[in-house]
Amino acid sequence: MIVFKNVTKRYDNGTIAVDDLSLEAPKGRITIFVGPSGCGKTTSLRMINRLIAPTSGSILLDGQPTEAMNLAQLRRKIGYVIQHAGLFPHLNVVQNIATTARLKGIAKKQALLIASELLERVGLDLSFGNRYPWQLSGGQQQRVGVARALASDPEFMLMDEPFSAVDPVVRHQLQEEFLRLQRDIGKTIIMVTHDIDEALKLGDQVAVLRTGGVLAQVASPKELLSNPADSFVADFVGRDRGYRYLSFVDAASSLAVMIEPVVALGTEAAAARIVAKDQWILVVNAAAQPLGWVDLDRQSGPLRESDLNLSGTLASQDHSLRQVLDAALSAPSGRGVIVDAGRVLAGSVRLSDVVAAIQSAKAAGWGGRP
Amino acid sequence: MNFDWLAGEVDDIGNFFAWHVALSVIPVLVALVLAVPIGWLVKQSGFLRPALLGTVGLLYTIPSLALFVLLPLVLGTQILDPLNVVVALTVYTLALLVRTVCDGLEAVSSDVLQAANAMGYRRIARFFRVELPLAVPVIGAGLRVAVVSNVSIVSIAALIGTPQLGSLFTEGLELHFLTPIFTGIILCVALAVLLDSLVLIITRQLTGWQPRT
Ligand SMILES: Nc1ncnc2c1ncn2[C@@H]1O[C@H](COP(=O)(O)OP(=O)(O)OP(=O)(O)O)[C@@H](O)[C@H]1O
Ligand SMILES: [Mg+2]
Repeated sequence: MIVFKNVTKRYDNGTIAVDDLSLEAPKGRITIFVGPSGCGKTTSLRMINRLIAPTSGSILLDGQPTEAMNLAQLRRKIGYVIQHAGLFPHLNVVQNIATTARLKGIAKKQALLIASELLERVGLDLSFGNRYPWQLSGGQQQRVGVARALASDPEFMLMDEPFSAVDPVVRHQLQEEFLRLQRDIGKTIIMVTHDIDEALKLGDQVAVLRTGGVLAQVASPKELLSNPADSFVADFVGRDRGYRYLSFVDAASSLAVMIEPVVALGTEAAAARIVAKDQWILVVNAAAQPLGWVDLDRQSGPLRESDLNLSGTLASQDHSLRQVLDAALSAPSGRGVIVDAGRVLAGSVRLSDVVAAIQSAKAAGWGGRP
Repeated sequence: MNFDWLAGEVDDIGNFFAWHVALSVIPVLVALVLAVPIGWLVKQSGFLRPALLGTVGLLYTIPSLALFVLLPLVLGTQILDPLNVVVALTVYTLALLVRTVCDGLEAVSSDVLQAANAMGYRRIARFFRVELPLAVPVIGAGLRVAVVSNVSIVSIAALIGTPQLGSLFTEGLELHFLTPIFTGIILCVALAVLLDSLVLIITRQLTGWQPRT
């Protein structure tokens, strides 16, 4: 557990970056610091491993005040991922990852072994191991940065905008990988971001800071969305928080999934019309995985790959109502495609049924994920 | 070119060449070892840094002949002692390399230093395992300048009688004879190219991590 006790940081030029911050980051959980630029997120993070000394107050790691600890030893307990990765340009990827393990006194061979394993855990192929940092994309560098922080198996992790340097698609991918990893390793993590969506998605607990370094609210994502402490938090969490809240409601219980007729590629349009519910027919591959929709009103002859409308998103039954709603909204047929864990078609849901499910979930006080 | 003369003098010329190599290389090695800690100190010195670098740079403006003549008084050596030349060239090389080392260390990105601090590197380990390796490209470039200019400055020492390739120039002048002069020039240039390539190869070996353009 990481505890902030009345921590204040006033820089030499008089700027108060963090103002009387008190906060607990529970063991094995992800705590997110979020807030507008300049609100003191990075400063708060760096005070934990004393890259910056607090002006007053104290920070405790598992009950021990950090100011009483040896600086190098304190830092070796804490994995730190800085923005833009900060990799060592003169070491290849595996050597970079191994550095933290080496600092902890692990023998070279063993450290390199750990590094290779971690490379795969963060979703990079082993062949990346002997590349140098300049031979990697920004997103790949950030993964190596995360792997390096993990290599010493630290009790705590501090991450400063670790997924910022990448496009939304890769970012989403990195976030998913990160959540999967955390389910295995269960570290005590504090992560900084200024992306509220990222905060709500990754955080077990989210601390919203306002300019001047004042803590506005610290709560679970669900609580933040349904019960913002003040208008600043409400604004920051966003206008579409009603919609976002659906991310935290399970679809499984309340949803009526219908059977959806399907055809394979190559089927004649005339034959497809016979099974179709309306002008739209869903095309699947041999493994019954959905490929896309075809508009039979505009179709003659066999259905080809180029005829597919790919605009619909897929949702899984154990996904949130937000994803199911999105699937229904994005499907040209108005029927959201539901798949199982193996991406195999489970059926479809009508938009009106999703709305009904949302209504009943709301009426029942949002029974769903904690 | 008078090849008969060359054939007769080959032993002497070999001797001059060996001296020339020693007088050019030893000062570079000594200066490098000194320049690393001094460069680091200068880099740490904050607002004193421009003043310190200026002072070090001034050393380079002392005429070499003056230094060769003055050093025996300072060191208490004989005027003909090759040590004078070694010390003088070490001073010049140091003047060059302190700035180079300082620049090289300063070129290390602050992100990288911060990452090293955050990981718990102690100061000395951080210097040798992170900062110095990353300063090698800049230091290597400075070393190339230093060895080449040393090869040419060493020949001036012929004027105070230290044996090396420059002795061929004085000899040629005295005898009104061009062969030794040409021989001296060719061997000096060859030596400069050789040492320069050597430094380049070593630098490349140490900087395999850099993108090659
Ligand atoms: N070394 C410093 N000296 C003086 N003021 C500083 C220093 N570092 C940061 N500040 C100021 O402290 C405040 C908080 O900075 P900090 O870097 O913690 O913000 P942040 O929340 O991480 O912002 P961002 O989202 O832009 O990274 C800012 O107003 C900043 O200008
Ligand atoms: Mg920041």
